[in-house]
Amino acid sequence: MAGMSSKRLQKELVKIQGTLPPGIALVSAENLREWQMDLSIPDNPIYPPTEKYRLRFLFSPSYPIEAPEVVFLASSNPERKIPIHPHIYTNGIICLDLLDTQGWSPVHNVESISISIQSMLAGNTKAERPPGDAEFVRSNRQRPRDINFLYHDPSV
Amino acid sequence: MRQSLFAGRWRIRLPSSLDGAALRVTKTPPVTRKRKLDTASLSATSQPPPEPKRKASKTTHKDSIAQVEAALPATPQTLTSDKGMDSDDDFASVASSMELGEELSSSVDFGAEDSDVELEDYQDDDSAFETHAKQKPKRKAFEVEYKVYSPQDIQDQQDKQVAEVAALLEQPTEQTAILLRFGRWNKERLIEQYMDNQEEVLDKAGLGQNMSSNPPRIEAIDGFMCDICCEDTPGLQSYAMNCGHRFCVDCYRQYLAQKVREEGEAARIKCPGDGCNKIIDVKSLDLLVTSDLTDRYHELLMRTYVDDKESLKWCPAPNCVYAVECGVKKRELAKIVPTVQCECKHSFCFGCTQADHQPCPCSLVKRWMKKCEDDSETANWISANTKECPKCHSTIEKNGGCNHMTCRKCRNEFCWMCMGMWSEHGTSWYNCNRFEEKSGSEARTEQAKSRQSLERYLHYYNRFANHEQSAKLDKDIFHKTEKKMTLLQSSSGMSWIEVQFLEAASQALQQCRQTLKWTYAFAYYLARNSQTEMFEDNQKDLEMAVENLSEMFEKSTDQLAGLKVDMLDKTSYCMRRRVILLDDTAKKLKEDVWEFNVELA
Repeated sequence: MAGMSSKRLQKELVKIQGTLPPGIALVSAENLREWQMDLSIPDNPIYPPTEKYRLRFLFSPSYPIEAPEVVFLASSNPERKIPIHPHIYTNGIICLDLLDTQGWSPVHNVESISISIQSMLAGNTKAERPPGDAEFVRSNRQRPRDINFLYHDPSV
Repeated sequence: MRQSLFAGRWRIRLPSSLDGAALRVTKTPPVTRKRKLDTASLSATSQPPPEPKRKASKTTHKDSIAQVEAALPATPQTLTSDKGMDSDDDFASVASSMELGEELSSSVDFGAEDSDVELEDYQDDDSAFETHAKQKPKRKAFEVEYKVYSPQDIQDQQDKQVAEVAALLEQPTEQTAILLRFGRWNKERLIEQYMDNQEEVLDKAGLGQNMSSNPPRIEAIDGFMCDICCEDTPGLQSYAMNCGHRFCVDCYRQYLAQKVREEGEAARIKCPGDGCNKIIDVKSLDLLVTSDLTDRYHELLMRTYVDDKESLKWCPAPNCVYAVECGVKKRELAKIVPTVQCECKHSFCFGCTQADHQPCPCSLVKRWMKKCEDDSETANWISANTKECPKCHSTIEKNGGCNHMTCRKCRNEFCWMCMGMWSEHGTSWYNCNRFEEKSGSEARTEQAKSRQSLERYLHYYNRFANHEQSAKLDKDIFHKTEKKMTLLQSSSGMSWIEVQFLEAASQALQQCRQTLKWTYAFAYYLARNSQTEMFEDNQKDLEMAVENLSEMFEKSTDQLAGLKVDMLDKTSYCMRRRVILLDDTAKKLKEDVWEFNVELA
């Protein structure tokens, strides 16, 4: 059923183009394979309110049965940085259980993922990178979904 | 006549035994039978197997060889003497292949009738291990008890356990199966936990309560919208388990297909709802998916059953469907090498599922494989092309230029030729002739020491690799053997059964080489002491026997017929040497006699 992801994404798109929660904006959805969203984080001194962070969603044909691949993208124009967070690596890979096959539920969607990541950043109190960041960024060649993260710290 | 009847008796019993090579050895050639008649006078009665002979075929000590030789006059058919064998070998060829067949079969034969004979043998042979032998008279020290199960057996086993526990917990079988999977098939612990706190266990296992009262079914509900595909067409068929998370049937199917086919999940597939831990049971699955997926699902369920049980392992051979049960625990692996043989004939270690690596314990195998992976080729090259800095022991390759070396690491200046300090050479010596210099000779001793460990490793590695290689070549020969067997049948007028000795020999070779290979990995980690020397003697004996047999395979077909007796003898001798080596090694491993130069993790 290749039509599954397109049908669902089309419906999601209609909804997203209507209303989105504050701080979450659709940047591009030119096809049904890759979308980009911008996040801004209110009320957290770690993330200046003027700064925006760009998320890239990649959907496989079996979305939403399969989780999308979601990473932060860095760019210079407009300027987008990778937000500092103990679960976000400098290459943009996010260690979040709901993006993993084990934690993913097909009930999630682009909006709910964006909200989850936004609140993950909003609630963060540590301006630091994950342990072993440099090593991971240097050596990792895997797709985010193939990495076995250890969700050792549910509090952050 | 009695003798051949006797031979027949053994042949009938053997096919049930596990040892293919031993099986064929017992086919008594005419000459051997005759030789056996010579010795038959020793035994008053020939059934059960006469004890003195059996004793003879088992004894290894030199002092008892004299007895044996006195008792069993060497017959003219003893063919091995041309190789200049010592009395040990002569003795072996005296002990005819017939007896060796018996001897070998007894190691896998659990027939009760022989047990006391066997016990006496042990006592006579080796008083040091008397107590041990008394405890386990039927099995050799290197053998373990195990059972091979077919997929059907495993299914039955599961069903039986589920039924048992279901009756006890008063739960429907579907739920019980989920509970057991949740408890990793540890019945006792599950029952205990369940009795302590029923609700908690049910909850954790993903089973809500009152499952049986209101069985879920596929239905169309007014105003329903599927949260997965966002479809809300009226009359959309949907399904929800008792957790109430309702999705359309198509999405449910997709979800299950993804889990079962792509992710290989079965026993722990959860409800697609966000954060819902409810496990999808077999009934829901059968209701939702097509039959091809159900098959895969049940296969995966079986897989998790075997994976969950410590005492069960799948046979690692490609496409093999059998599983093996063995009681050897992980913590015992330093004391025992549990080799099992599957129904498909593949021999593997139950501890690590690598191919049979007796006598080497799993931890050493792992260490050795890693070392070989890292080291062997590099080490060979280093040994051939480099020297070490006499001061910091960095490895240095001389890639041209003069003998005046400056170590890049410690800036030590030395002479490549004599390894002595360069300062002692003065300034004009670019051609070293200062061999007697003290610093030089000291440096060379140092160098020799550190090189020695490398050389030592290479010694063992090369032999290990050689047997691995030879086993492959022998395997090629085995395929040619089949051809030879047919040729031999037509050229010599021998019957099919009479040419089986070739196959037996070929299998013996394979097996012995496999063992030999690992003796070198084992020996590499052994500390130098008298036990090790004994081990090496055994190793040497087996190696000689194997090489002798291997050599015979290269003879032409027309010569082979004449070599039959010799080959049979050598085959059984090989197998016997192997049993001796493995038995001895396994006993000492169990009793902590070996001293290793590394930790047995």
